[in-house]
Amino acid sequence: MSLDVDVDVAAPGVALPEGEEAAERAGPLRRAIDNFKSGNLGVLPVAVGLLGIVVYFSFTAANFFSAANFNNVIVQMAGTTMLAYGVVFVLLLGEIDLSIGYLSGIAALSVAEFQLAGSSHDYPGIIAIALAILIVAAIGAAQGSIVALVGVPSFVVTLAGLLIWQGVILHVLELRGVIIIEDSLVNDLANYFFSNTAGWIIAAVISGGYLAIVLGGVLGRRRAGVAVGRPVLSVAKVLGVAAASLGVVAICNRDRGLPLAGLLVVVFLVALTFLAKRTPFGRHVYAVGGSAEAARRAGISVTRVRILVFMISGIMCGVGGVILAARLNSVDLNVGGGTLLLDAISAAVIGGTSLFGGRGEVRSALLGSLVIATIANGLNTGGYSTGTIYVVTGVILLLAVTLDTIARRLQARSGR
Amino acid sequence: MNGTPLLELRGTSKSFGSVHALTDVDFEVRAGEVMALVGDNGAGKSTLIKCVAGIHGYDSGEILFDGKPVSIHGPKDAARLGIEVVYQDLALADNLDVVQNMYLGREERDWLFRLNEPLMEQRTAETLRSLAVTTIRSIRQPVASLSGGQRQSVAVAKAVQWNSRLVILDEPTAALGVAQTRQVLDLVKRLASNGLAVVLISHNLQDIFEVGNRITVLRLGSDVGVYERDKTTQEEIVRAITAGVPTKAEVSETVPELAT
Repeated sequence: MSLDVDVDVAAPGVALPEGEEAAERAGPLRRAIDNFKSGNLGVLPVAVGLLGIVVYFSFTAANFFSAANFNNVIVQMAGTTMLAYGVVFVLLLGEIDLSIGYLSGIAALSVAEFQLAGSSHDYPGIIAIALAILIVAAIGAAQGSIVALVGVPSFVVTLAGLLIWQGVILHVLELRGVIIIEDSLVNDLANYFFSNTAGWIIAAVISGGYLAIVLGGVLGRRRAGVAVGRPVLSVAKVLGVAAASLGVVAICNRDRGLPLAGLLVVVFLVALTFLAKRTPFGRHVYAVGGSAEAARRAGISVTRVRILVFMISGIMCGVGGVILAARLNSVDLNVGGGTLLLDAISAAVIGGTSLFGGRGEVRSALLGSLVIATIANGLNTGGYSTGTIYVVTGVILLLAVTLDTIARRLQARSGR
Repeated sequence: MNGTPLLELRGTSKSFGSVHALTDVDFEVRAGEVMALVGDNGAGKSTLIKCVAGIHGYDSGEILFDGKPVSIHGPKDAARLGIEVVYQDLALADNLDVVQNMYLGREERDWLFRLNEPLMEQRTAETLRSLAVTTIRSIRQPVASLSGGQRQSVAVAKAVQWNSRLVILDEPTAALGVAQTRQVLDLVKRLASNGLAVVLISHNLQDIFEVGNRITVLRLGSDVGVYERDKTTQEEIVRAITAGVPTKAEVSETVPELAT
């Protein structure tokens, strides 16, 4: 039979698979180069930048490097970071959500309204929070549906959302001015600090949990017989997480203790990272952002992914909005306004999430938020004006996007 | 390899409004052979493939799979039969790595509903090894960092790993250089020798004569005929593509000699 002969003869130049795929697995450096070529900068630039900022302000701003200020930064950034987490998902799709600022305002307004003492809807704090988050989740899903089902660009849909929700807030608060939040649970979100012991326990649980996850991963890979990464690297990661969590608690405990808001930031970081990296849904978000057509052909419902992502954005606006309201113990006409929207988007982008879709990590929102909050706080305590803060933040944002764009160009060149 | 064709189309017609994209087309492919599908632009190659893949329906005609009549109403029907299509513009997401692309939309999960990365990585490595795709350094590198030939290999591997029985390749070498074309053509031959039925759409007659066992020529929505690679010449095929001679009846006498 001619066919088989053909095949044997006509496969020159293709070596038979002797070498194990596993053995060819590259070292960390090789991998870093691959990542860089394909446009993934990783956390290195922003982590180094953050370190530089902290060192700089420690020397120039008098009260910057203190435990009290450390806690201030955590509480100040918590709300914005929540919004930025949602932004990461939206950016991963290659979309944008401009409504997040005032959506969080709607959530803040709702939570204040639903706990209002003496009104017909004086609900317990937990229900008020749930209702507030539910409302903005629904709004997010609705906006996402217009984007996904009708095909209106997300920029326009959420720009309209920005105006509409700002209008609603103005309409409600114009007459009433301020709604005071008295519910202790709501207020605790930004004002509760764990006792020293509780702080240590939390740090220990985080470290132990991370160790368990890393060990589980290594064992799983070993059982499946696929290559396990370098043990040195895993050990370094575990030690790094342990050192960071214990270090943070150590500093916090010199002041009022670990803030609940800080713990929430970590809890959502873990949960959303799991969603993005360890579930099929998260994988599909990356796929749709990288190539919607490829995702569609692979049988993924692109519409569903888009709607869900805008809903996630809404939910995170809810969480962030409640925390922001709790920090002020009240809701007023400025809720959801100011630099909140731009800070949240900048945070995600500065942290390394691409504006072009398909590349980024949930943790980049936290890193970017840290950068922005640290700069604002440092310049503030150093006595600089708000104008200076804007200029510096703007320059850093420009720098981050420029880096991303260059990385993208490299990616285009390295392919094919 | 002898006997009934794996896929057989009888008298397939399809029109879009007043345009007759396919008129009474017969087509078949057997397990273990590479059937080349050629024709000028607009000859109906893509339409024919889309009928088989379930992208759009057909107006009249019959599709037999494994000798039994089947109806293909959507991509899922096609996938269930084991028909996979590798499209011209590779259906890979650049930002995902090889393993992630191979399992895109069909991810394996563990008991905690987490992605089962070790399992997917292991099976991907096995699939690539079975196809002798050895030039990819790490299956954990993003597809964006692969060469065109490697990307095409991944796309093909993705198509065949789901126990597929028929793989349709739409212009797999169109954008590739010489060495990479070589890589992909070798892979195509390996698919057939692994017992799969392969349909190869290409404009490159040299490629077709190298890997194709038989050649179906389409012209203006009708099939001109089926030619055996060993019993025809490039000139004859070119004539069939452009002028449409000889007639179907003349050719069909020379056909049934493939497997002896």
